[in-house]
Amino acid sequence: MNDHHAVFQATPLTRRKQCSEVIAMVVFLLMTSLIVLPLLLIVGYLVYQAWPILSLDFLLTSPKHGMRAGGIWSPLLGTVYLVVLSLVIATPIGVLAAVFLNEYARDNWFTRIVNLAVINLAGVPSIVHALFGLGAFVLFAGLGKSILAASLTLAIMTLPVIIASTNEALAAVPMAFREACWNVGATRWQTIRHIVLPNSMSGILTGVILQVSRAAGETAPIMFTGAVFFKAIREGHLFAYGLFDQCMALSMHLFTISTQVPDVPKALPYGIAVVLLSTVLAVNALAIIVRVYLRSRKKW
Amino acid sequence: MLIRRRWEALTEVAIELLIRLCGISAILFVFGIFFFVFREGSGFLFHGFKFLEFFGSTEWYPTSQSHVRYGVLALIAGTASVTALAMLIAVPFGIGAAIFISEFCGSRLKETLKITIEMLAAIPSVVWGFIGLTLMNPLIMKLFGAPIGLNVLNGGLILALMSLPIIVSVGEDALKAVPDSYREAALALGVTRWQLVYRVLLPAAKNGLLAAVLLGVGRAVGETMAVLMATGHAVKIPASLLDSVRTLTATIAAELGEAPVHSEHYQVLFIIGILLFMITFVVNLTAYLFVRGIRGK
Repeated sequence: MNDHHAVFQATPLTRRKQCSEVIAMVVFLLMTSLIVLPLLLIVGYLVYQAWPILSLDFLLTSPKHGMRAGGIWSPLLGTVYLVVLSLVIATPIGVLAAVFLNEYARDNWFTRIVNLAVINLAGVPSIVHALFGLGAFVLFAGLGKSILAASLTLAIMTLPVIIASTNEALAAVPMAFREACWNVGATRWQTIRHIVLPNSMSGILTGVILQVSRAAGETAPIMFTGAVFFKAIREGHLFAYGLFDQCMALSMHLFTISTQVPDVPKALPYGIAVVLLSTVLAVNALAIIVRVYLRSRKKW
Repeated sequence: MLIRRRWEALTEVAIELLIRLCGISAILFVFGIFFFVFREGSGFLFHGFKFLEFFGSTEWYPTSQSHVRYGVLALIAGTASVTALAMLIAVPFGIGAAIFISEFCGSRLKETLKITIEMLAAIPSVVWGFIGLTLMNPLIMKLFGAPIGLNVLNGGLILALMSLPIIVSVGEDALKAVPDSYREAALALGVTRWQLVYRVLLPAAKNGLLAAVLLGVGRAVGETMAVLMATGHAVKIPASLLDSVRTLTATIAAELGEAPVHSEHYQVLFIIGILLFMITFVVNLTAYLFVRGIRGK
């Protein structure tokens, strides 16, 4: 019965240390949960308010009666146009730019400047992109306020997203893959085309998907380059917009409805917000799923 | 065989050229942005632009009939106040969350939290603005008895939530970059995890954390739609958190549509754009140098 010698007796100092440890842990946990909570609260609140209006009809009919009734078909379609077109423009440029940075560029001052430019491009405020789009595409290039001008603006704005994730994906391909390929006599481009790009598909795909989510949510860059408050289009027609038409967009529509149009039914703006938010979140979730799935299939 | 060889060589050269062109596209675009924004604003900038009035006056009357004045001091104060409040909230919470994610939680919880923060980052700014308008506005009016809930407090809270994700993710990267040997050495001396964070990790990751904060500032300064909708439209230097303000970005967004193309007012809005471009350029450049500082070591 002498075991009590073996029992560790906490000194006041140890106890104080343990106490501070627990406090620190709890404080950091609280800080983190205060970041997570708003997401749940916001989504919950918006869905709750929008519930009465959400239906398939809401998606498939255009706004009516000075935008106080009807659905969101024309802005939804406009957003799809803008996103697809900006994606088509930005993806090749972004992927090739990342290929340049990762496969061709040496670590010198020039590469550093390119990297710096990418970071700065990502940091330029969206409203400055809008000014640029207005000055360069709408006025200088003479495209006018059009879907094309707005998509070009969006493409340049979202370029860094694709460059960054492609770059990361390319860097993750082991050097030995490239060396093996070069040793059998493949050229640089053949190596990239047949070995590097296929092996980094997951990262590129993630970047592309994130670009979609970013482009769909942006408002400021399209406000002055192609999106308008209201435009009547042919109902139930997928190709209702032309390349040089102006269009409505979901994000812009939410802004218009909630700030510029008086006496709208209460649930209407919430409905738009929920559709916009769920599109963006769903697209992001898809990016995460793709990333996790393709990562699990990787063999190195 | 020879023809095929030549064809291959040719595509190789062509593709390399194309790749190099795309590679420098980012530089071209950054210069392009500056050039075109500058070009639209330059007419007034060189003829009749009053530098002192622009930066020194709070009187912003771009459409006044009798005496047009373009003073952006109040707008700068608007941007500064909202950004400062946002950072006051977002920096401690963001760094705290980064520490928790990096040091205190298991790998499964870590993945979940990172995904949640990614989702938070994905919420479009116009939706944030809508939240400010419909949820926070009445809430602030009720809680603080303010006549209007669209003010510095509203905008600052929204901007804090918007810039948190970037602070958390860059901050977590910075903590991850601290070598494990530092942690092991400290733990071997018998420190608690809190002491480890406070005495070892924070000093070691200082530059990266500073970069995280700067990127958050850049995000907050450049944010447009959310502040346009959530801060009210009063062009004045705020005296309290419950005063409405107008930021630089919101001014461009609100007035560009009404300013006739190539009028003075229109050109002044582009000059504000140049100002914003330069502010974010400096902020991002500094952040980049800090991040390079960590890598360089």
